Amino acid sequence: MTDELPRTGAAKDAVGETQSAAGEPLLRIEGIAKTFGTFRAVDGVSLDIKAGEFFALLGPSGCGKTTLLRMLAGFEAPDEGRILLGGKDIAQALPHERPINMMFQNYALFPHLSVHDNIAFGLKRAGMARTDIATRVAEMVALVKLDGLEKRKPDQLSGGQRQRVALARALARRPRLLLLDEPLAALDKKLRESTQGELMELQRRLGMTFIIVTHDQEEAMTMASRIGVMRDGKLAQVASPRELYEAPRSRWIAEFVGDVNLFDGEFKLRDGHHLVIATQGAGTLMVAEPREPVGEGRLSVAIRPEKVKLSRRGPVGEIGHAAAINRLEGVIADICYLGGTTTYKVKLGAGGTVQAAVANSARLEADSYSLDQHVVAWFTPDDCVVLPS
Amino acid sequence: MRKISRLSRFNIASLALGLAFLYLPILILVIYSFNASRLVTVWGGWSLRWYHELFNDRAMIEAAWMSLRVAVSSATIATLLGTLAAVALSRGERFRGRTLFSGMLYAPLVMPEVIAGLSLLLLFVALNAERGFWTVTIAHTTLTMCFVAVVVQSRLSSLDRSLEEAAMDLGCDPLRAFVAVTLPLIAPSIVAGWMLAFTLSLDDLVIASFTTGPGSATLPIRIYSEVRLGVKPEINAICTLVIALIAMVIVIASLASKLSSSQGESAAPL
Repeated sequence: MTDELPRTGAAKDAVGETQSAAGEPLLRIEGIAKTFGTFRAVDGVSLDIKAGEFFALLGPSGCGKTTLLRMLAGFEAPDEGRILLGGKDIAQALPHERPINMMFQNYALFPHLSVHDNIAFGLKRAGMARTDIATRVAEMVALVKLDGLEKRKPDQLSGGQRQRVALARALARRPRLLLLDEPLAALDKKLRESTQGELMELQRRLGMTFIIVTHDQEEAMTMASRIGVMRDGKLAQVASPRELYEAPRSRWIAEFVGDVNLFDGEFKLRDGHHLVIATQGAGTLMVAEPREPVGEGRLSVAIRPEKVKLSRRGPVGEIGHAAAINRLEGVIADICYLGGTTTYKVKLGAGGTVQAAVANSARLEADSYSLDQHVVAWFTPDDCVVLPS
Repeated sequence: MRKISRLSRFNIASLALGLAFLYLPILILVIYSFNASRLVTVWGGWSLRWYHELFNDRAMIEAAWMSLRVAVSSATIATLLGTLAAVALSRGERFRGRTLFSGMLYAPLVMPEVIAGLSLLLLFVALNAERGFWTVTIAHTTLTMCFVAVVVQSRLSSLDRSLEEAAMDLGCDPLRAFVAVTLPLIAPSIVAGWMLAFTLSLDDLVIASFTTGPGSATLPIRIYSEVRLGVKPEINAICTLVIALIAMVIVIASLASKLSSSQGESAAPL
């Protein structure tokens, strides 16, 4: 995880008015809602975004993340709530009245204009002087490394180049807030990964505030300093990538972000710092007491596959003697080799299955298991997250 | 590749037959317009005699001038109204009766011309309007507007709406966004619509004969009435000129669409 990087520190060399008064969020969304017909696309979302942040709105399609972004850009007017940008309510302002720019999912480049004119479009509308426009466009072209392509039309560019033009065009007006709607969805995997890095670098260098909408959780985790997970028009959790992955707030988030083993069960007793939970598929499990009380009764235990260890006879050494350890016996039911890791599905004696992701740290197959082999899957109580069912 | 592009004998024969079927009558008409003989069916050597006579035929020239004026003005009005209708239908908010409106807009496409002409005649009589240039122009506008609307609307609906949104995002109010982005992109289809309206108006006989008055015959009406008294070679000459005019319009239209398709996505669906 890269979430410890001091991204907001770069705001010192910020351009324009990107920085707002200390402590005051740049953008404050207060209980906004939008209904299309009878469908409540966005349902009472409140969110603060600080200047210089790289914020990701993550969610499955239809969760309302794009509608929320479009309300920030001004293409939809919220039915309820306020959007405060630097303290000023802009909820009902038209798109051209907002110091916010957007990069569209399909880039929306003007096909009849050259790269230069596309980038200059917003500057001309702002009534900038001719010489200033030329300087700014040249600056943007250099920034996104499009030198020599200024005279081309959008259809003479590759997908990656178009993406850069769209980015340069949105950045040219030096908006206080840049909105990016699935900016990398149209690129292939390799290009997407390198572009992710470039976007992060650019955001850090400009100290600008970015809000990105994506359905790709890996993309959100890689780039954003904070992620807001949306579901059914509501914000399900707002957290750093690490917190989101390691401490999801609900079963749904645990399943949506990354892979997870989930065991439904019932609270049995409290044993020191551990809760003992009787699960249906994996017997009795011990989990660390969560920071926020989850109550008693029906609970779920979530454990990430890479935190499940496998061995032939169970944990050895010091940890093997610890009393508080979850040991699940079973046989290997499925093997999925993924290159860097191998995922084993272990059919447990108690009836359930557990997935274990094992890093292939040695080239030779010394450590791997074969189908139907008897193994012990084990993990510590601290590696589990207990969630309300 | 070469094998596919090479034409077989059968293909060449069928192509030649098809082209001959389409263009031989026109070709014969053009050739006979240069005939020196008075008889239409007898070849008497090359001559520009009938063109000379044509230009001395005041009635024919007046009819041609009338047709041209009607075609230009009705095509211009139809393009303006048709474009507005297309914009309203594909860009406007979903207003009440939108489906009915679009259905009514396209009705003239399928309406028999006789009915359209007769109903317009009844209207003009009821309004006690003097029939002539304006009544024909109005009638042709109602006929051709729907064609313009169809052409422009198909272009508009293939245009990405986020282009206008991007323009607004970059500082345009909705009207400026339309003028700066949408209009240049649909311009080829507007031009194509105008040309379509122009040619439709130029060759219309039925509606024009219902809605025109004495002394203001359009070219097709004039030709038709002349032909009823027997085909004069002069008719061949005027038809040749009309063909040349329409061919020119078509060439310009296809050049315009080629020009716009070299601008990438903005190709007009001609």
